[in-house]
Amino acid sequence: MRFDLLAAPVDGVSEAYEVVAGFDGALVGGLLRPGAEQIAALHALAAAVSGTPLAGRVAEAVDKTIAGSISDEHLAALVAARSALLGASHDALLARLDEAAGRGREPWPAAGLGSLTGADNLLAAARSWLSDLAIAGWRGIDHDLVSHADQAVQALLADLRLRRLGALLDGFAGELRACAPGATMPRVPVRRWADLWARAVLLAQPGALASTEVGTVSGRLLPLGVDLHEHPTAVQAQVHAVLETADGPRLVRASVSTPKVDTLVGSGVWQLLRGHSALLAAVTEQRAMDLTDMPVTAGGDLIWSDEHTKAGAPAEPFATARVQLAAASAAPVPPLERHPVRIAEPVLLEGYTAAADDDGVTLTLPGLTVEVDVERMHSAGPLTPALVAASTACIGLLRWDGHWTIQPLAVEAQVKRKTVAVHAGAWAGGAADAAGAKAEAAAADAAKVLRERAGRLLRR
Amino acid sequence: MNAARKPWEERSAALVVAPARPRKLAKVPFVELADGRLQGVVSSGSDIERVYVSSLTAANHSFHCSTNNNRPCGGIRRGGCNHLRALADEAVLQYGVERVARYVRAEVAEDATTGAAVLAAADPWHEPSAGAPVFSRFLRHLAYLELAATTEPLPELHWFPAGGAVR
Ligand SMILES: [Zn+2]
Repeated sequence: MRFDLLAAPVDGVSEAYEVVAGFDGALVGGLLRPGAEQIAALHALAAAVSGTPLAGRVAEAVDKTIAGSISDEHLAALVAARSALLGASHDALLARLDEAAGRGREPWPAAGLGSLTGADNLLAAARSWLSDLAIAGWRGIDHDLVSHADQAVQALLADLRLRRLGALLDGFAGELRACAPGATMPRVPVRRWADLWARAVLLAQPGALASTEVGTVSGRLLPLGVDLHEHPTAVQAQVHAVLETADGPRLVRASVSTPKVDTLVGSGVWQLLRGHSALLAAVTEQRAMDLTDMPVTAGGDLIWSDEHTKAGAPAEPFATARVQLAAASAAPVPPLERHPVRIAEPVLLEGYTAAADDDGVTLTLPGLTVEVDVERMHSAGPLTPALVAASTACIGLLRWDGHWTIQPLAVEAQVKRKTVAVHAGAWAGGAADAAGAKAEAAAADAAKVLRERAGRLLRR
Repeated sequence: MNAARKPWEERSAALVVAPARPRKLAKVPFVELADGRLQGVVSSGSDIERVYVSSLTAANHSFHCSTNNNRPCGGIRRGGCNHLRALADEAVLQYGVERVARYVRAEVAEDATTGAAVLAAADPWHEPSAGAPVFSRFLRHLAYLELAATTEPLPELHWFPAGGAVR
């Protein structure tokens, strides 16, 4: 891998972010009465997309916003402009990463649009809440405004076709609720909330969540590691793997997610997911799985179903990474997912010097010192920042959030003069040690109490 | 070299709210800091069909406690009732004393560690209000466990990394 290529800035990205930062700043005070600075930022947003097919609609939306007569449609145009800038940044960053890794990536197929029926009212309710947020601004949110999302969120979560929007709005509203009222917040997460809001506006557009064409794939699946996502009321495990197909090795992901409650955390979350994917046990046992006609999206996401699988032979992730990763081709990113936060590319790092200080852990490679994203390291597995600091090899996800970072999925480290491999997802299929087993039992207990309470109180 | 870390305000994956800590739920199945209140539900010690709905309002430090059938709590005194005390203790386990005290605007000593310290600083006074909104938040909370899992990807959860390895 040519790490030096990641050290140089990618053309246009900081300029795009500057424009986005102006728009995001306007959301702090709200779009109802933009001041001089906010008006300039809106004009800059329109100017940035003036050479694109969005030009006319964005220019109109900016005029209407400044005139104080903003509608849902105008908000959608502003969000489209912001998303286009970040989408282009994503593409440029990912292209640089692919170049550095020597990774081939399929082009996005021109696919027909699917349809989504019977969701219009719910999507309109979501858009209406998102409009109210944009008008109030982060400084203007209060408990009432935040709780207006509750009904729509519940209904969105219950409809699996709309789960993506539901899970997003739920996590977003949870943060707003914890921080409200906005007027007295010490600091505002300006980029993050603009991101979450803008993605929600996109997904709430009619057709955005329409089903896309799904193919099938067969071959031997060799897991690399597990990326775990969580907010108070959702958890998702995303397994990154190499799939050996007749056309050569491919990088794929397999996800499993479920709604949950905030008191089920840490290693307790795995048991909520295990029953829905035999892959989690295969990860813990370090086994391959043989897939037959497994559904797969054009974006490289397997739509996992155990009926298309058979347990396979032992497969050690570092062996997979050393032998297969360099030659594996990657899937294209679906248009509506293009945002730098979505960059999570599996790579193998070796021959680095690890260093730890108060600010965190860094790995120094030829031409690049990369920061370990310790905030993406969780307590649901045995991998710790200290082990990363003592490591000699690392399977991780390259990410970008203003700069390149590495999220470790597994490391090889010297422990008592022996090289051992430690995996962040080692407990996915079941905890191996006493502390993990205790945490699992406690979480099982908590879930049991809540189910008992639900049985007595919910169905009345 | 690699560019420097961006400030918190400029990061997409900035951590805004620390994850809750696990705790035993038998006595207090639900507690939250929401709607300007420390609020939650306490199971009755004597009747498994009954729960108490308790809350402490941050703005004026008034508290409420009643059953889910809207009968007033029998143990109300100046400074709270047993249910509110249990609620404050569990909130401290779940969120840490600093976050609870900050949310309910109670000025606790720097070495405070307990829910009792938060209540002593707030000195709650009783003002009956409606318990129903809190109880419905609890029912909503329980309903999460009834929703189906899915193996379709949720790409938006990249904004929500599981954390907790370092605090
Ligand atoms: Zn009481």
